[in-house]
Amino acid sequence: MKTGRTLLVALAVIVAGILLAKLRVNPYFYFAGYVILQYIVIATAWNILGGYAGYVNFGTPAFFAMGAYTAVFLIRSVHAPLPVLIVAGGLVAALLGLGIGYLTLRLRGTFFSIATLALAVVLQTAIINWEYVGGSRGLSVIRPSGPPFGNYVVFLFTVMGGLAVVSVLVARFIERSWIGRGLAALRDNEEAAECMGVPTLKLKLFATTVSGFFLGVAGAPFPYYVTFVEPNSAFALDYAVNALAMPMIGGTTSWVGPVIGAVLLGTASQLATVTISSEMNLFIVGVVLVAFVVLAPEGILGLVRKLRGR
Amino acid sequence: MFSWDLLANAVVAGLLIGGFYAAVSLGVGLIFGLLDIANIAQPAFVILGSYAAYVLNSSYGLDPILTGLLLTPVFYLLGAAVYRVYYTSFERRGEESLRGLVFFFGILFIIEVSLSIIFGVDYRLIQTWYGSRSIEFAGVGVAFRYLVPFVVGVAMTLALHLFLGRTFYGRAIMAVSQDRLALRLMGANPVQIKTIAFGVGIAAASLAGALLISIAPVIPSTDRDYIGRMFAITVLGGMGSIGGTLVAGIVLGIAESLMATFFGPSWSLAVSFGILLLALAVRPAGLFGR
Amino acid sequence: MSRQRSLKLALTLIAVVLALVLASGGLFVARGADPIKIGFGMALTGGLSANGKPALLALQIWKDDVNKKGGLLGRQVELIFYDDQTNPATIPGIYSKLLDVDKVDLIISGYGTNLIAPLLPIAMERKLTLIGMFGLANNEKYQYPNYFQIQPAGPDPQTSTAIGFFELAAKQNPKPQTVALVGADAEYPQNALVGARELVKKFGFKTVYDKTYPPNTTDYTPIVRAIKATNADIVFVASYPPDSVGMLRAAHEVGLQPKMFGGGMVGLMFTSIMTSMGPMLNGVVNYDFWAPEPPMLAFAGIKEFLKEYQARAEKEKMDPLGYYLPPYSYAVGQVLGQAVEAVKSLDQQKIADHIRATEFNTVVGKIKFGKNGEWAKGRTLMVQYQKIQGNGIEQFRGAGTKPVLWPDELKSGNIIYPYASALK
Repeated sequence: MKTGRTLLVALAVIVAGILLAKLRVNPYFYFAGYVILQYIVIATAWNILGGYAGYVNFGTPAFFAMGAYTAVFLIRSVHAPLPVLIVAGGLVAALLGLGIGYLTLRLRGTFFSIATLALAVVLQTAIINWEYVGGSRGLSVIRPSGPPFGNYVVFLFTVMGGLAVVSVLVARFIERSWIGRGLAALRDNEEAAECMGVPTLKLKLFATTVSGFFLGVAGAPFPYYVTFVEPNSAFALDYAVNALAMPMIGGTTSWVGPVIGAVLLGTASQLATVTISSEMNLFIVGVVLVAFVVLAPEGILGLVRKLRGR
Repeated sequence: MFSWDLLANAVVAGLLIGGFYAAVSLGVGLIFGLLDIANIAQPAFVILGSYAAYVLNSSYGLDPILTGLLLTPVFYLLGAAVYRVYYTSFERRGEESLRGLVFFFGILFIIEVSLSIIFGVDYRLIQTWYGSRSIEFAGVGVAFRYLVPFVVGVAMTLALHLFLGRTFYGRAIMAVSQDRLALRLMGANPVQIKTIAFGVGIAAASLAGALLISIAPVIPSTDRDYIGRMFAITVLGGMGSIGGTLVAGIVLGIAESLMATFFGPSWSLAVSFGILLLALAVRPAGLFGR
Repeated sequence: MSRQRSLKLALTLIAVVLALVLASGGLFVARGADPIKIGFGMALTGGLSANGKPALLALQIWKDDVNKKGGLLGRQVELIFYDDQTNPATIPGIYSKLLDVDKVDLIISGYGTNLIAPLLPIAMERKLTLIGMFGLANNEKYQYPNYFQIQPAGPDPQTSTAIGFFELAAKQNPKPQTVALVGADAEYPQNALVGARELVKKFGFKTVYDKTYPPNTTDYTPIVRAIKATNADIVFVASYPPDSVGMLRAAHEVGLQPKMFGGGMVGLMFTSIMTSMGPMLNGVVNYDFWAPEPPMLAFAGIKEFLKEYQARAEKEKMDPLGYYLPPYSYAVGQVLGQAVEAVKSLDQQKIADHIRATEFNTVVGKIKFGKNGEWAKGRTLMVQYQKIQGNGIEQFRGAGTKPVLWPDELKSGNIIYPYASALK
């Protein structure tokens, strides 16, 4: 699709989101919808580094939680409004991405992945020891009064919808630009790309920073959604697994993949939470993930392409 | 509040737990260090070993170390099978890094969730016959609960070292990690060698799991506590060095122990990973890396 | 070209899924209009599920008992519950599902302070009556009048765990002087330690050690050695199950023998841990909520409930004795049910007003709610493990191995002091 048309579609989605908010369908829809939209942002963000550049980030919870805890800090200290929280959360997580990237991206990909694991542990320990944001006991946060649309969760739903559109547009832009081509080159063969003059280190740092930014952005509204933030749930392993599984299932080579993966897996998870036991839910996620990785490594997008005979 | 007595005890305690950490990390040292396969599912196999030891202990009263040893062939076959799937799906196609990592992550998940479906989430522990005894010499107290895993850990390291250095298959594994083509020219099949190596790595998990459950209570999600430690130790020790894994394990153990004794334990876990991050930034080859 | 088509296909798929989601809003309403529906989330997986599952079983037993007698207000009672995975982030979604889709009439909370925390604002927003299932000081910030807590912490929740412990210590002659405080970096232990520090000051003890450790520490020996080096008279530990076991084992190995040891060690009362640890528990003075001692067995209905619970728990792989939470979970049902019957309606405000004003008779005794919805008078027990021999389960079934030392109205035994005497 040409860029002009894409922007029109994006605008249409945003308008649809606002209409849905005004329509006030069953409230449960907004709760579940928020989570799915949040995962669209997370999956898209992860894929910028994982799918486009081929560097696997296992520490998604660290970035997400940094976004959430930056927001908590700002809420508690200066009662900052939501837009500030989002931008601040994104920036802090972006800095984190830049830092960890600088430390490890000069080495091989597996070292980066291990470092992200270690990062999550270190950050969680730091937060646990930081009383101001609640430490290990957590902190309750009160939603501001008088939100647009009358109900804060409905408001958050539209905000997250907007963030999802923005993140997807950014991912699409990166994918189609020279940055995306450079990332694809280094994903396929980093040494060859270097030899061809691709500035691999700068591109990698760019990807980690942008990826980190959007992960933080996804986490920033979290305190207002849950009203209670504590380290175990902010750093939950679910974010790590889903951030991995959604792009893998949807397809990692294009911006469409994470969206498909997030919608499918997110919806399935939400349904499973309120129907079958959630242990089985996790089991199924694991099995589906392995099945896709082994049998359909290019995800649903790849399957669709094959079906269409390309 | 410092005293030589306290220091000595802290160092010894760190040494002992370090030996245990090394035992747990040996599998990763072999699979990741030598074969370059990032098997993040290793901790799940260790926990699987713990539960196997628990089941056999509660049904037949078998000592966990005995169970661990008995089950090594089973785990070996399991490891070989997993490697075969990994090979056919990824290595052969040359797409290891991203998808391989995700594959193992999925396996980790499946094992952990299956264990919690089968066994529930109650903590499982084993009281060994030597578990409550301890000895003292020179003012330093040593609990058998930690001494035995330390000894087993050192023994495992030694055994693996001898295996890699002295036996045909062991040397073939060292060779395949350095140069596949040369190995081929020597007449050995790299895929078969790697299968053996992977199998041995998972077999090590069986014994490590038995040690784990005799030290501390275990639930299915305990594996997550060890993912970071295992890789930290392997990287710190230097990829491909089995002896390095032992040294790194001890270094980490002592660092945690000193932190816990003198500064308060809150930061001891972070210190270990801080060391890892620093090592990665400054000397990624690790202490003994090639 | 093909790319555009796959794109269209993808977007179609997404649209279909979204439509399904919207439609499913109406999917689950297919329950009869007849029964009274009580909805809640419960920790069936995750860190707190060891207590969540028995709590659920107890509620189910209550529901069966009530329905056998004709239900509430002449209608059968139905429980609708979802697994909250011990994750507070699931709470808004779960309770929206319960209230907006399943249209439950009454709600209860899930188990645990962290799972009640996000629920309280929701209850306040929708003006619902909420009974909390074991949470510490959730209502202190909000002071919502229609919230009630079944945990017998009393008007000062943060000191509730430690008060019995330090009162007992202060009564000893000669009075102990020094205290070591240690605990895990996690919610309940941290709360318990805050309370402990207050009490240390109040009773005039001197703190010689005050540190915390990360929850997944493997080796507790260095910590215990550091404590031993302080020669503290009293050691107060606030821990979760794995570290309770770790600390206790390390204490035995290192030979830590203060005059009093224990405090807020969660998990020691779990049957699986009691049987594995066996005699190592002797002498530990610990908090608890229930013990199979004569004063507690005297309450109406408790024996029948435990019999039913123990029969069903066997099959479902959870704590087989149920001597910790389940009686209180059953009591939640009793309080709610009795209130509904008394006001003869499902009106949230009427139910709340009634609960606030009434003293209830339950399987855990008389309950009267006071400030912030907590019990008007705190009743967290202090027990001591005594005379445990070997690892059999039968010695824990009846009285004797876990006598209640505090409070006086439920006292069933005397403390063995100092700690070392109990180890013989």
